[in-house]
Amino acid sequence: MSTSTIHAPREGISEAMAAVLVQREHPARIGAVGASLAHAWRGMRKMRHYAIATLMEVSFMPIITLVTITYLFGGAFSGSTGEYLQYVLPGIMVQAVVIVTVWTGTMLNVDITKGIYDRFRAMPFWQPSTVVGNLLSDLPRYFVAVSITIPVGLLMGFRPDGGALGMFLAVLVLVVFASSVSWIFAALGVVAGRPETISSSSMMVLFPLIYTSNIFAQPETMPGWLEAIVKVNPISVATTAARGLTHGNATGGQIAALLLLCAVITGIFAPLTMHLYRSKGAR
Amino acid sequence: MKAFGEVQAVDGIDLAVNRGMVYGILGPNGAGKTTTIHILSTLLRPDSGHASVLGHDVVREADAVRAKVSLTGQFASVDEDLTGQENLTLLARLMGYTWKRARSRATELLGPFGLDEAAGRQVKTYSGGMRRRLDIAVSLIASPELMILDEPTTGLDPHSRNEVWEIIRAVVEGGSTVLLTTQYLEEADQLAGRIAVIDRGKVIAEGTPGDLKASVGPGTLRVRVHSASDRPAAKLVLTRVLDVPIRLHSDPALLSAPIFDPAIAAHALGELASEGVLVTDFTVGQSSLDEVFLALTGHSASENTDVREGEKVA
Repeated sequence: MSTSTIHAPREGISEAMAAVLVQREHPARIGAVGASLAHAWRGMRKMRHYAIATLMEVSFMPIITLVTITYLFGGAFSGSTGEYLQYVLPGIMVQAVVIVTVWTGTMLNVDITKGIYDRFRAMPFWQPSTVVGNLLSDLPRYFVAVSITIPVGLLMGFRPDGGALGMFLAVLVLVVFASSVSWIFAALGVVAGRPETISSSSMMVLFPLIYTSNIFAQPETMPGWLEAIVKVNPISVATTAARGLTHGNATGGQIAALLLLCAVITGIFAPLTMHLYRSKGAR
Repeated sequence: MKAFGEVQAVDGIDLAVNRGMVYGILGPNGAGKTTTIHILSTLLRPDSGHASVLGHDVVREADAVRAKVSLTGQFASVDEDLTGQENLTLLARLMGYTWKRARSRATELLGPFGLDEAAGRQVKTYSGGMRRRLDIAVSLIASPELMILDEPTTGLDPHSRNEVWEIIRAVVEGGSTVLLTTQYLEEADQLAGRIAVIDRGKVIAEGTPGDLKASVGPGTLRVRVHSASDRPAAKLVLTRVLDVPIRLHSDPALLSAPIFDPAIAAHALGELASEGVLVTDFTVGQSSLDEVFLALTGHSASENTDVREGEKVA
C-alpha cells in the first residue's frame, strides 16, 4: 500500500522524531542584515517558481508603450520617429519601473495577510526585515522593467550617445530611484485593507504625475504654468538624469538632484513603513 | 513538581504548567483559548496582569520567550508558494542557523514527518494532513522547550488526526512541553496529562482527565421517549433511580443524565419500562464536551456557538 511506504510505522516515527528533537542547538539570534537577506531569498525563490509569468508581467507594458508611443506620436512630436525614440526611451524606462513599484506594495499587502506572517511575528529577529527583504527581492524585477526597453529600442534604431556605460549608469540610478519609491507603496501596502485600494489609489496619483512630466514631451513646448509643474515633478527629475546619462550629457547637478530625491523619499517612507509594520504586528 | 510558568491572562486565566507534559486547554469557540495562547506566544500583549513562560515575562522579555517557544496556529503558517524544503530552510535560517546548517536541518526533519517525497513540491499542492505535519515540523526546527498548538487537529480526517497525535506524543518523549487547545474532549483525554476547561474567558475546571470525568460522571445515558408528554414521567423515574440532575434537551422527547456505572443505566431503563414509560431509543456513551460543560457551568457549551443542543443524539 502506498500509505505504508510514505508513513513510517508508529515505532519508527517516535524514534526518528526523538533523534531530531534532542538537538537543542540554540543558535545565536540572526542579525538585521541576515534576516533581511533571508526574506529576500524567500522572495527570489517565489519568483523562481513563477519566473516566466513575472518576466511577462514586467516586460509587457514597457515594450508595448515604447513601440506604440514611438510610432504613433514620434512623427508628430519630433518630426521623425527615429529622433523621438532617442528622446522618449529613457522616459519609458522611468514610467515602467515606477509602475512596477506599485506592484511591490500590492504584493506586500497580499503577502503580509498570509499565515506565515503569524509565525514571523512570533520569531526573534528584527521584525522590519520581512518588509526590507520583500523590497530587496523586487530589485531584479526593477532591473528587468528598466532594461527590457533597451534591446527593443536598439532594434528600433535607438543609438545612445552615452554608450554602454551611459546605459548602465542610467539603469543603475533608475533602480535606485525605484527602490526608494517602492517604500511609498510599501507603506500603503502595510496599512491598506485590500490590495485593490493600493492599485486604484496609486494610479490616481501616478498617472497625472507621469503625464505632467518630461517623459513624453519637452517642457519648453508647454504653457509657462505647466512647464513650472513639470520641472519640479519628481518623475521629471528621474527622467532628466536617466536621459542625460543615456546620451552622455548629464550634469552633476542633475544626478545629485535625483540622488537627493531618493534619499528624501527613503528617509521619510522607510522608517514610516517599518513603524507601521511593527504597530500592525503588536495589534 | 516544579512549575515553570504561571499565567494570568487578560480575562483572569490562571494556569500552571509543568515541564515535560501535555497540557490541554479545552473549551468551545470563543471561550478565549486562542487569546490565551497568543498572549503566551507574545503575539498579543495582555491589557493588564502578567504572564511568564519558562521564567520570562511575555511583554518585557518577549525575545527570550520567542527563542524558547514555538506556536503552531489554527491555520497552517507556512508559505504556500515555497516547497516544503524551502519553508524549513527559510525558517531555520531566520532562527539563526547558518544557511548550510539550515539546509541540513530541513533535510533531517522532512523524514520523520513523512515529507521527504514531497520536499521539492510547492506547499499549495499538499493535502491538509501534509500541511499540518509541515507546520508542526517548522515549529520543531529549534527543538523548542515549549510547543504551543492551537487546535492541532481541527479539520483533519481521522487518519491525519492520529498522525498528529503520534507526533505530539513523540515531541513530549523528546523532552519538550506541549500546551494545546482543543474543542474535543476525546483529544484532551488522549493526549493531555492535565486539562483546563475554559469558558467565557475563565477557567471553570482544572485537573487530570480522570478528575474531570469523575466530576461529570464517566458517561451519559440519553433516552428518547415516545412523545413529549411522556418526558415528565421519565424524568421522575430517572431522578429516583439515578439520583443525579436530569438534563432536558431542546428536543422535547429527549433527556439525559450522567451515569457512574453502566449497570445502573440498565436498571434505570428497566424501571422506565415497568413504570409504563415508552422509550423509543437510548444510548450510553462517553460524556461529550457539552455534558462536561453542563455539569461544570450549568449551561451548554454549544450555546456559545449557536449550535442547537441535543441535535446529534441518536
